[in-house]
This record gives sequence, C-alpha cells and structure tokens, in this order.
Amino acid sequence: MNELHQKLIAAARRTAPDDRVPYAFEKRIMARIIFSDHADTLGMWSHALWRAAVSCVAIMALSGVWTFWSAQQQAQPDFEQEFDSAVLVSASPDVVW
Amino acid sequence: MERSDAELIAAVLKGDIASFEPLVTKYSPRLFATARRYARREDEIEDVVQEIWTKAFQKLSTFRGDAPFEHWLMRMAVRTCYDFLRHHRRNRENTFTELTTEENDWIERVATSPADVSEDSNAARQLVQRLMNLLSPPARLVIQLLEIEDKSVKEISQLTGWSVPLVKVRAFRARAEMRKCLARIAKDKYL
Repeated sequence: MNELHQKLIAAARRTAPDDRVPYAFEKRIMARIIFSDHADTLGMWSHALWRAAVSCVAIMALSGVWTFWSAQQQAQPDFEQEFDSAVLVSASPDVVW
Repeated sequence: MERSDAELIAAVLKGDIASFEPLVTKYSPRLFATARRYARREDEIEDVVQEIWTKAFQKLSTFRGDAPFEHWLMRMAVRTCYDFLRHHRRNRENTFTELTTEENDWIERVATSPADVSEDSNAARQLVQRLMNLLSPPARLVIQLLEIEDKSVKEISQLTGWSVPLVKVRAFRARAEMRKCLARIAKDKYL
C-alpha cells in the first residue's frame, strides 16, 4: 500500500497543470471589475443617504417630542397668576357684578 | 516600456482601473493552473478564477508590498479554492468499485512489481483524481500542497492562513484519511 501511495503521489507530481486561459477572459474580468466599481460607488451613496435619512428622522422625532412637551408646559395653568387675577378682578372697580 | 507590478498597482490605486488588465494577463495562467487542481468543470474553474480576481481588485489597497504581488495573489487563490471545495462537496461515495479495467490493471501491477510500473499513465492520473475527490476539503488541500506541490509546513501556513500547529494536525489527519482510502482500494482489489 505504501508503494501504491508513493506511485500515486509521483503520478500527481508528474501531471503538469493546464494553465490555458479561456479566450477573452481578461476582457470579461475587466468588464466585471469596472461594473462592480460603479456599482460600489452607487452603493456608497445609497449607504450615506440612508444614514442621513435615519439622522433626519431622529431629529424630527426629537423636535416633535420637544414641541409637544413645550406645548404641554404652556397649556398648564400658572396657579399663582390665576389666583392673583381672580383676587384683583374682584377688587377691580371696572368689574360690575 | 513594460511597467512593474508595483507601478501597475500604484496606478490602479490612484484610479486607473485599466492598469489592472496587465496584471490579469500576466497571472491568469498560474491561477487557472491552480484552480484546475481543485475544480474539474471548466465553468467552475473560470468562476473560481473570476472570484480570485474580483477579490484581488477589491482588496488591492491591503497589499503592502512586503512580498511579491504573486505571493499575495496565490494566498488569495488557495483560500478561494479551499472555499470552493467546502461549498461544492459532491457525493464523495464514488467508490473504487467503478474503476476501469486500465486502472485495475495498473493497481495490480503496482502490487506485484512496483518498480516496473510507470507513473506517467492515464490510469495513474485518473486514480489520483478519484483519490483526491474522496478526500475532505482540508485533507485534499493539505495533500495537494504538502505532498504533490512539495511545499513546507510554513509555506502552507502562509498560504492558507492556518497556524503551523494546525497545518501539522491537518497533515496528520489527511495522511490517515488517504491511507483509509487506499486501504479501501486494496481491500476491494484483494477480496
């Protein structure tokens, strides 16, 4: 079996590998590379725009929350002022009951 | 005047993609020879080499120039061929019961008078191909690089990206696997 192994390995070593290149292979490779390079540029732009879109949505959401919160704050009555107004109204000579 | 590999690579990295073509022309024969050791169908071989060139172009900026471009390219080629073997593991149960008469005769002559048997025969080449097809992808890669191409463990480690101890372990297992396959031939022959 050792001889069989050695003979097979020797046979494999003697077999010269075929280095033929198919016709116009280089042209196909260059076409593929150029296409993938362009596609890559588009991919880069797409990626950047998506990132920008996410940031914009986040800013929009924050702005919305802040606006809502501000509106809530303004809507809440200032009791001190309200009380003063109520007292002054009753004391005001212009008001006729 | 013909530009050197370093000049061509520098031009490509500056944006002159056309400078990549001379590299493709120069090294494609070696890549096809390598791919043909691992794939059999011409369409698969061409796919493998296309993939090697695509990866080489995409990763060209990582080429540091410490070693020749050919060495860097061959590392990529070996790893791509290994990935191909892993992804295209066909039915490896093509046993040696399907040997041709020529192959049977060759094995018998090796058993009886090995010194008289020529390694330069179609039967021997076909048997080698069958044997390699039976091996697992790591075993096949190691046997191909270590025993057939006579590379050192360190060279295999650099080509594959495996550590030296891992190459040694895989070489040990590959030889055991090969012995098992050969024992199957011998057993089938001498039953």
